[in-house]
Formats: sequence, structure tokens, C-alpha cells
Amino acid sequence: MRATREVRWLAVVGMALAIVTTGLAFRAQAQSTLLNVSYDPTRELYRALNQLFAEEWSQQGNPKVTIRMSHGGSGSQARAVIDGLDADVVTLALAADIDEIARRTRKLPVDWQARLPNNSSPYTSTIVFLVRKGNPKAIRDWDDLVKPGIQVITPNPKTSGGARWNYLAAYAYAVEKFGSEPQAQAFVAQIFKNAPVLDTGARASTNTFARRGIGDVLLAWENEAFLALDELGAGTFDIVVPSLSILAEPPVALLDANADQKGTRRIAQAYLDFLYSPKAQAVIAKNYYRPVKPEAANPEDIARFPKVKLVTIQEFFGGWDEAQRKHFSDGGIFDTILKSNR
Amino acid sequence: MRNPPHRPTTESPGVRIAATLVCFLFLGVFLVLPLVAVFVEAFGKGVSAYFASFQDPDALAAIRLTLTIAIIAVPLNLVFGIAASWAIAKFEFKGKSLLITLIDLPFSVSPVVAGLVFVLLFGAQGLLGPWLIAHRIEVIFALPGIVLATIFVTFPFVARELIPLMQDQGTSDEEAALTLGASGFMAFWTVTLPNVRWALLYGVLLCNARAMGEFGAVAVVSGHIRGETNTMPLHVEILYNEYNFVAAFAVASLLALLALLTLAAKSFLEWRYGDAIAGRAAH
Amino acid sequence: MVPTRERRQTRFRFRRPSAIPGFPLAFGYTLTYLGLIVLIPLATLVMRASTLGFSGLWNVVTDERVLSALRISFGLSFGAAFLNAFFGLVVAWVLVRYDFPGRKLLHAAVDLPFALPTAVAGIALAALYAPNGWLGEPLSHLGIKVAYTPLGIFIALVFVGLPFAVRTVEPLIAEIDREIEEASATLGATRSQTLWRVVLPPLAPAILTGFALAFARAVGEYGSVIFIAGNIPYISEIAPILIVIRLEEFNYAGATGIAVVMLAISFATLLVINLIQTWSRRRFGDA
Repeated sequence: MRATREVRWLAVVGMALAIVTTGLAFRAQAQSTLLNVSYDPTRELYRALNQLFAEEWSQQGNPKVTIRMSHGGSGSQARAVIDGLDADVVTLALAADIDEIARRTRKLPVDWQARLPNNSSPYTSTIVFLVRKGNPKAIRDWDDLVKPGIQVITPNPKTSGGARWNYLAAYAYAVEKFGSEPQAQAFVAQIFKNAPVLDTGARASTNTFARRGIGDVLLAWENEAFLALDELGAGTFDIVVPSLSILAEPPVALLDANADQKGTRRIAQAYLDFLYSPKAQAVIAKNYYRPVKPEAANPEDIARFPKVKLVTIQEFFGGWDEAQRKHFSDGGIFDTILKSNR
Repeated sequence: MRNPPHRPTTESPGVRIAATLVCFLFLGVFLVLPLVAVFVEAFGKGVSAYFASFQDPDALAAIRLTLTIAIIAVPLNLVFGIAASWAIAKFEFKGKSLLITLIDLPFSVSPVVAGLVFVLLFGAQGLLGPWLIAHRIEVIFALPGIVLATIFVTFPFVARELIPLMQDQGTSDEEAALTLGASGFMAFWTVTLPNVRWALLYGVLLCNARAMGEFGAVAVVSGHIRGETNTMPLHVEILYNEYNFVAAFAVASLLALLALLTLAAKSFLEWRYGDAIAGRAAH
Repeated sequence: MVPTRERRQTRFRFRRPSAIPGFPLAFGYTLTYLGLIVLIPLATLVMRASTLGFSGLWNVVTDERVLSALRISFGLSFGAAFLNAFFGLVVAWVLVRYDFPGRKLLHAAVDLPFALPTAVAGIALAALYAPNGWLGEPLSHLGIKVAYTPLGIFIALVFVGLPFAVRTVEPLIAEIDREIEEASATLGATRSQTLWRVVLPPLAPAILTGFALAFARAVGEYGSVIFIAGNIPYISEIAPILIVIRLEEFNYAGATGIAVVMLAISFATLLVINLIQTWSRRRFGDA
């Protein structure tokens, strides 16, 4: 009869725990919380910003707020929101992903990007190269990436927001240099031919390059490159700034339908406005993102950002909608490149 | 008659040594080394760094969530396993082999597909999504979704351990008990269950190990909310992506330890109750 | 579930009469639970795929990148299962027949891939086989790259499939009647003839089953592979990863299409396994 008792005991405990945990799941809803669905490299940034915002919010006489974070590849995060992850705000790598949310769920208006200053981007960044200490392969600019024998590490533009910026920066450089699109396409194709790995996210790529020792150059967000120096040892890598790069504008947006349903619109709006405040802008610069109000930041932090000639997606590619359709859609230029590289 | 250099029912010493070495090398490279690597990386920066990894509230939340999931999923699959094996092993009916195939199906379905089906069913764009949202019921990107995906991937584990054993044991014991006046309930409780309890426990162990370790299916339905919907395996990936290798491998080592305990318990059961488990039960 | 009261036996036509009670309850519960957890969700997938229409599905599946992902998945899984079937047989034979120090430990270790979470296996393999890893470094001096190449995927697939190949043949080797081997030897057969003609044939169905199970498991594997696969389309991109990528591109139709194909193949593999077992039961009595 021992087995009997064991089984019965297991069943009782199982049921009890099921009830308790369901209760816990519901309790989490009742508190004053905000869910920020963000992309990969912003973990450290929002950890600092959230703490600051929570303090400020309480000081203004509001009840305590907990900000929940979800990080992942920009595309997969947008997919989760489309499938029902009830984010109050999204802070993703590029406007196209938020456009997709707006288009498929109608949880925010299509003109969402006009609702906050500076195309809804409280910070910007750009794409730089991370190379091994002393730059043994003498990589100075985009031209060096197409040389035979150079291994380029970048994530997959289809899944990673950062990789799309990488791709577009390379493309813009090639168009400037050659003056024709077919030649630019061949140039970018050559870069991807030199890529031995296409990780799905920016963070996985940095790991492949830095931790696993693969490749000669990593195409990375500027903030990722600086962070990699901090986290993985300054003595092992150098940052190389190309002659031309792209102004990356990671946008933020309020998801109206979710916030209204949960009654969090006021706090969600305050959270997004806070990102533009001088205090937040200083934290942003400290975390290696370029603040849109540099005057608010510590000049020493600002001095770390190299001067680069930057093109914008608006003037060079006609906006994200256009760039997405032309380059990254099914059968777009990037698909053609992959196919021709086989 | 030629005198063979060794007993005719075994191989020559050279072959035996070679085969044993192959066995050691193969299992050593493919099984033991990865396991060792986990612990070496976890303790790479010393014991204190290792234990500091578990101070993180997100790591604790992940451990708690993983335990919660196992505690819900395993008993449900246990009850199912008993019911299914009773129906399949003790009775003859048409379509039995189809039923067995369907029970096995989750085992060979890719975890990613398993996650996807729940997105298609419960996601906002899915079949039941709009209704669930209208009634403010959270399934996907919350505990219920993760539990469902886990139940799906661990579905056959208990049943697959019990079915072959109960088939082997036949129905004579139960029939004897019934003849002696026991109720069906009594016959099950006092005859069948004791006969299969160790196989049952083994099935539960395997089911539990998989439930705690599932990655692919859970990754699709989790939503990755820190401290809430990240299970231990997902947390391992997150730490790994945060350049926090020691912590990633530390959490991984907990899961590896669980695997080792599972194996130890299984070996103990085999050694102690070998006949009652019957090694023939293979998935 | 447990029969809660004594029942008068109900006679379904599809079931052979039996004195054992509880069939309706156990069978009903089995079907209901199976339906709720497995069949309805999988039916949703098939339904979603059917909205694509046959030509839509055909377009998804015959896309070059999908085809090559499927080819890579199946090719590598097939190879890994083959390797496992061979070494699994050797390992099972050694574990059953030979006695040496550490045998029990090795025996226990075989089940490790069942119990070790795939993500843990993935990061461990990546750490081992990266160019700066314990095994990756010496191999890279030989010019062999493992991590982020198809070879890396192959190794992960061998890892996950290994126990199936060993565990399906092991009990049969243990049950072999040694007198038959003695008889064969007495009749003048060399040891290799005995192994090849007498021992191996009855093991064949179990080896095939082990192969098919290792294959089925490997085809769907995700967790251990993503950490070590290079994800280069047409070269090292496997089907489960492509499903995830399609999802992240908001291409639900594409994801569903690949998923349905993989589901059909899983189901077919299981049917084949069942057929092998039925055949071997007829051929060798019991297997």
C-alpha cells in the first residue's frame, strides 16, 4: 500500500500548488506595474533607467511602481507583442518592428512615430567595428570587410534589428562609393559571404566573436561595442570607426490598447516622457547610447563618442517602410544576396 | 579439432579491449566531457562567484517557476500515464497501435512546433486568442501557456514506461484479485500499482527532468519577462547573453545536477528493483 | 484514472470482452486528455496550414531555403542516427557482455541526454568545441572547425540521439541465449561468422528501431543546436530554427507550413517504428 500513499500525496500537493500559483499569477496583475518589451542590448540601460524612474515616480507622490522587462531579438519581441504579450510600452531596435505591431494589432495608431520628439527615439546609436586587440588584420573601413580571408561576424538581418542597421550602413557606404545599386548589392553580398555565422540576435553575435573567438571583425551597435570592452576586458578588443555609418534610431512607443485596458496609460506616458528628461539623458550617455539632448549629459561621456559621418534612413532609404520592403521582405534584396552566395 | 585461443562464445581479447576502449572514448567524448565542462565553467571564477550567482532575484524566480511548472505538469502526466497504460495494457481493442502512436507523437514533434501550436491556438492572432483577451484570461506568455507547452512535450514519458511493463505482466493477477472478491478499484490499488510502482517512479523521474529542462517549446511561449516567465533553461540563455558566463553555467550546473540525481536514482532503482522495471521499456 | 466503483462490464463491439473493469473510464480519460493536450493543438496547426491551400503550402515548402533547411535537418539527423546505431550497438554489447571497472558508471551515463536539459547541453558543447575550447582548439590546429559548422550540429544531434540507440538494443543483447552461440561455434563457425549470422539478425529490428528513434529525436532538436549552429542559410540552418526565424519575420504562413511538414514526417517515422516492431514480432516472436 505504500505506492498508494505516495501517489495520493503527490496528487494533493500538485493540486494545492496549482491553486497557489494560479493565485500568484493573478496577484501580479493587481499591482502598479509596467511591462517594457525591449530588444537585446538595452538590458543594462533600462536596469539603470527603471530604477531612476521608480524613485522619481514615488517622490512625486505616486504609489510604488515595478517595471517588468522582457528582452530578446527585436523581431521576436515584436512577434510576441503581436501574439498577445501585453506590453505597456515597447522600446525596440527599429521603427519597422513597431510599424508591424501597429499594422497587425491596431493597438497603437500608425502615426505613432510622430507622437514623441525626435521620431520617438530618445537615444540614437550607430554601427561600428569591433576588432581584436592591435587590429591584426588592419581593418579600417568597409572596404576591408570584402577582402578574401576576412571573417565578418554579424547577426542575421532577418531576425536582428541591429543586423539590419549593419546591412544598411554597408549598403549606404557602397552606394556612396560606387554610385550604383547593383554594385552596392554585390559589395554587401561579398561581406555576407565572409560571414561564417549568422546568429539570430546581436548579443549572440557578440558572444560568438568575443567569447568563442570566431571572426576578425564584429559589426556591432556602438553601445554594444563599448559594453563589450567594459564587460569582456578592454585589453582584448579595439573599436574601429568606419568613414561612413548610419544613424540608428531605436524608437519607443506606448501601446494604447494595452495601457488603456490595464489603466496604466498615465504612468506609461510618464515613463516615456521621462526618457527625454535631462536625468535620463545623462544615464543614456553613460550607457554608451547617444542622447538626443547631449547638453544634459556629462561632457566626458559625450566625448567618448567618435565623430562619424552618418546617413539617415529617412534621406538615404526613404524611411523604414521602404527599406523594409525593398531589402528585407520575402524575395527582397537580402534574400537575393543569400541565394547568390550559396 | 582446432583448439580455439579463447572461449568460443566471446571475442578475442584484442577485440574486447578495442571495443571497450571505443565505448569509453565514445561515451567519454559525447557524454562525460560536456557534463564536466558545465561544472568547470561554473566554478571558473571560484566557489564564491558560483554561489553569488544564486543571490540574483531573477535566478531565484526562474528556479521557483521551473519547480512550479514541474509540480503541475508531472502529476497530470502521471495520472494520464496510469489511465492510458491501464486501457492499453489490460484490454484488447481495435486501433490500439494507432492510439500508441498518437501518445508517442509529442515525443517526436519538434519542441519548436509544440510551442508554435500553442501560439496558433492561444495567441492574440490565434484561434482562441480574441476570446481569451475579451475575457482577460492570460494563457500564452504566462504560467498556463508555459505549463501547457511543458505538458505537451513530456506527455508520453510516464505512459511509455508503464505500457510495456503492464503488457508483460498481463491480467492474471488482477483477475485473481477480482475472483477473490476485490473491487476493480481494490485490484488496481493493491495489485497493479505495487507491481509497477518502480517503473512508475522511473517514468516520473524522466518526465520531471524533461519538464524542468524544456527549452524550445517554452522559449516560443514564454515572452521572456524577467523574474516572471523565464524558466531556468531560458534564464541560462539570458545570462549567457549578458556576458555573465559564470552565472549562466552556475544555473546550468543546477540543471545538470538534477540530471545526475535523476540518473543516480534510476541506477539505484535498477539495481534494487531491476526486475520490476524491466529494461525493455525504450522510448 | 482509477476506476471508482465496480462496473458491470460494458461490451463495446471494438473491444474484446474482459473480466477487468475500468475500461470506459481509463479509455475515456486517455482519449479526452490526449485530445485536449495533443490532438486539438496539432489539429489547429493542420487547420492553419490548410488555409494556405495546397498550392500555398507547396510554395512554402518548395522555397529553396526551406528545402535546403529540411535537407540539412534530415541529412544530419540521418547521419547522426547512423553513427549512433553503430556505436550504440558496440556500446550496448560492451556494457552487457564485458566486465571492466567503471562499467556501471558508463551504464548509468548513457541516459544522460534524456535527463540533461538541451540548453545546458548546447552551451556545454559550444564551450567545448569553440576554437578556444578544450576540444575545439586541438581540432582547429588540425584544420577541423566544429562549432558553428554543420559538424557542430551533427555532434549535438549525436548527443541527443545516443541513449535511444543503446537502450533499444541493450535488453535484447542481454536476452540472447548463449547456447545458440555455443552451438554455432561447435558447428565450426568462427566468432565473426557467429556474430554476423547468428547474433546480429535477431538484433536487427531493435537496431532499426533505435535508429528511427534517434532520427526522430534529432530532426526536431532545437535547444542544443542553436548554441552551436552557425545559422547560415543553405549551409548550417536547420528546419526548427527556420521555423523560429519565419515567426520572427511575422511570416506565420511560412512557419506553419514548415511545421506541418515536420509534423507529417514525425508521424510517418513513428508509424515506421511501429511497423518494424510488428514485423519483428512476427519474424522473431517477441521483440
